[in-house]
Amino acid sequence: MRLHVGSPPHFQPSGTIGAPGRRNERRLVRGRAAGDTVDRARTTEHQKMPNTVYFFGTCLIDLLFPRTGLAAMRLLERAGLQVLFPQGQTCCGQPAYNAGYRDEARRVARAQLDAFPESLPVIVPSASCAGMLKVHYPLLLAGTADAARADAFAGRVVELTDFLTRVLDLRLTDLGPPIRVAVHNSCSSRRELGVADTTMDLLRRLAQVELVEPERAHECCGFGGTFAIKQPEISAAMAADKTSAVAATGAAVLVSQDCGCLMNLGGTFARRGGGPVIKHVAEFIWERTSHDD
Amino acid sequence: MTTEFRLAIGAALGRERVRANIRRAMDGLVSKRAAAFPDADERERLRDQGEAIRGESVARLPELLEELERSCTRNGIQVHWAETGEDANRLVLDILRRAGATALLKGKSMVSEEMGLNAFLQHAGIEAVETDLGELIIQLAGEAPSHIIAPAIHKDRAEIAALFREHYPDQPPAERIEELTALARRVMRKRFRGMTAGLSGVNFAVAETGTLCLVENEGNGRLCTTLPDLHIAVMGIEKVVARLDQIPPLLTLLTRSATGQPITTYVNFISGPRRPGEQDGPRTVHLILLDNGRSRIRLDPELSATLRCIRCAACMNHCPVYTRLGGHAYGTVYPGPIGSILEPQLHGLAERGEMAEASSLCGACAEVCPVRIPIPRLLNRLRFEAVNAQADSPTLGHGSRRLAGQAGLWRLWAWTCAHPRIYRTLTRLMTALRPLQPTRIKPWTDTREAPRIAGQDLHRLARAAGFTDRL
Repeated sequence: MRLHVGSPPHFQPSGTIGAPGRRNERRLVRGRAAGDTVDRARTTEHQKMPNTVYFFGTCLIDLLFPRTGLAAMRLLERAGLQVLFPQGQTCCGQPAYNAGYRDEARRVARAQLDAFPESLPVIVPSASCAGMLKVHYPLLLAGTADAARADAFAGRVVELTDFLTRVLDLRLTDLGPPIRVAVHNSCSSRRELGVADTTMDLLRRLAQVELVEPERAHECCGFGGTFAIKQPEISAAMAADKTSAVAATGAAVLVSQDCGCLMNLGGTFARRGGGPVIKHVAEFIWERTSHDD
Repeated sequence: MTTEFRLAIGAALGRERVRANIRRAMDGLVSKRAAAFPDADERERLRDQGEAIRGESVARLPELLEELERSCTRNGIQVHWAETGEDANRLVLDILRRAGATALLKGKSMVSEEMGLNAFLQHAGIEAVETDLGELIIQLAGEAPSHIIAPAIHKDRAEIAALFREHYPDQPPAERIEELTALARRVMRKRFRGMTAGLSGVNFAVAETGTLCLVENEGNGRLCTTLPDLHIAVMGIEKVVARLDQIPPLLTLLTRSATGQPITTYVNFISGPRRPGEQDGPRTVHLILLDNGRSRIRLDPELSATLRCIRCAACMNHCPVYTRLGGHAYGTVYPGPIGSILEPQLHGLAERGEMAEASSLCGACAEVCPVRIPIPRLLNRLRFEAVNAQADSPTLGHGSRRLAGQAGLWRLWAWTCAHPRIYRTLTRLMTALRPLQPTRIKPWTDTREAPRIAGQDLHRLARAAGFTDRL
């Protein structure tokens, strides 16, 4: 299915983002330097904006896809923000949580609360991990001594594409050649955080990019964390169907906001041979808009 | 670990024809539902209403059931309580024997599947005659339902034609759908004649009026409940609702979510046996209320949401796991997402806990559930209960899936992730030992290439690139 590339629909902020609230309440923060290929749109002139943000890299990106994390941080930095990367961060705890080991997940969750103490937005380059921090921490820590801390933390968590689109309203100057890009939105982005539109919205800002969505775009890719290990046959069947749908789009690149899905689909493509280049949306955008890559 | 369930999954994934049949049928149901709710605001308002009505049913279950019993009794319906499926089977048999019936006409009922009624009656020498077309097909094939509203959905037209040829050799051959349904109608109509007992399920029972609601599209349900002198209705206790005015929103949610119909062809409101002067209807009506673990499920404030279910099957129609497996692979009465939360609670986590693991937690089910059961959250909760060794959980079989080795690994993992220095040392070690990373990591690499550990982790890259740690 070819998507109509037009003006993005009007968005409502998807949640509270610490200090910044609705668009008209933000104050001006300019981009770093004139001539940057990327700048905030003019609409941000009267907006209240954080000067500094935390970055939560996620354990998957930390160990397997660090270039994605770096690209995301550079995008934020180029937009004029100071980006803090707390060295005390590890994993959001979701693997244990979804495996039923709540005590263990709680223990890991508390360590993350410790690692992000200031009242700053926490930007997460994964809807799945952001969902864990934003939706499940308050549930997991409800009734414990850390309940209030978890609620406040959850209120500060923003998924990366959501932040780039709805808070920064990022302007992008596409430096790359014309290219067809398939988008896979993770289930967490679609159904847990309601930010499935923002990746598309971001990519529409790249003039040379033709966006396509695979058939059955709403359907899960079959990753599901421990699901892929505990029920490998169904997981593989789902991944096979998804990669076929992606391949059928003829896209040169497959982009998603979640590295879990990309690892699953990329691994499946690598085994079956052929298929598009697999890239996290942050890395894709960074490469299309920066001179130094 | 290769369990029986995983073997069944593997077999189901290998049956290309069945998979294609199911996928095609589910795609059809998904688009019909979408077309039946053109107005998203109205749909969400209805779902809110559905959640509230069914939430009230579950919250007030004991008093509503007592009120239902009083109202039904007032209407001349004889009410029986069954704690287990076995109890319910015996009640049915007693009623049939007292009436001298040797065969039973059956309308579609998932609770009767839960009871294992057909096999029980057969053992007692009573023939159960399925009258729903889908149920008839699978009865002829000797199979169980693969879907809760479309029991023969895994079969295509050619398979059904072959089945009819085999079982009804005296009938003219049928190939087209119209011919097949006409054949079934001819055969079934003959069976209805002279039958003295009929059994049906119940979609909703109204406590204030003692009314049993039954929706269907073939008319067989109405025949089963009006033609024979004896009508036995079986229902799970959770199907009660407080008031008659709660039925219209539930009916429209049910039929639109299930088949995309604004209303079913037949909507039956059964308010008791034939009254003096009436021309038709059963002379005796019995209602069997089956618990079978439901009151235990109700004890848990979170998991009790399971009981809101109105059995529309939208969750399975939209489930990426169900649409690839079909119902049979689950080996349970209730398959798919609702089955994956209901069956482990009905039969215990030791026996059915694996169903809760057979989900990527994608949330497609909860997105369409007409009564907003948070299925992924309940799956997560059941995974917790499966390894929860504490004594105070009401969930059957809690803690039964806790393996010491696995629990130890998670503890070690949590300890590592709760100590950033140890975590960083470990990731540094892993990046340093990158050349030694195995290329085969089972079961991941059975169908995929393994991701490669990076040369440097993000913690170090970020620091090297000048991203500071704190303000």
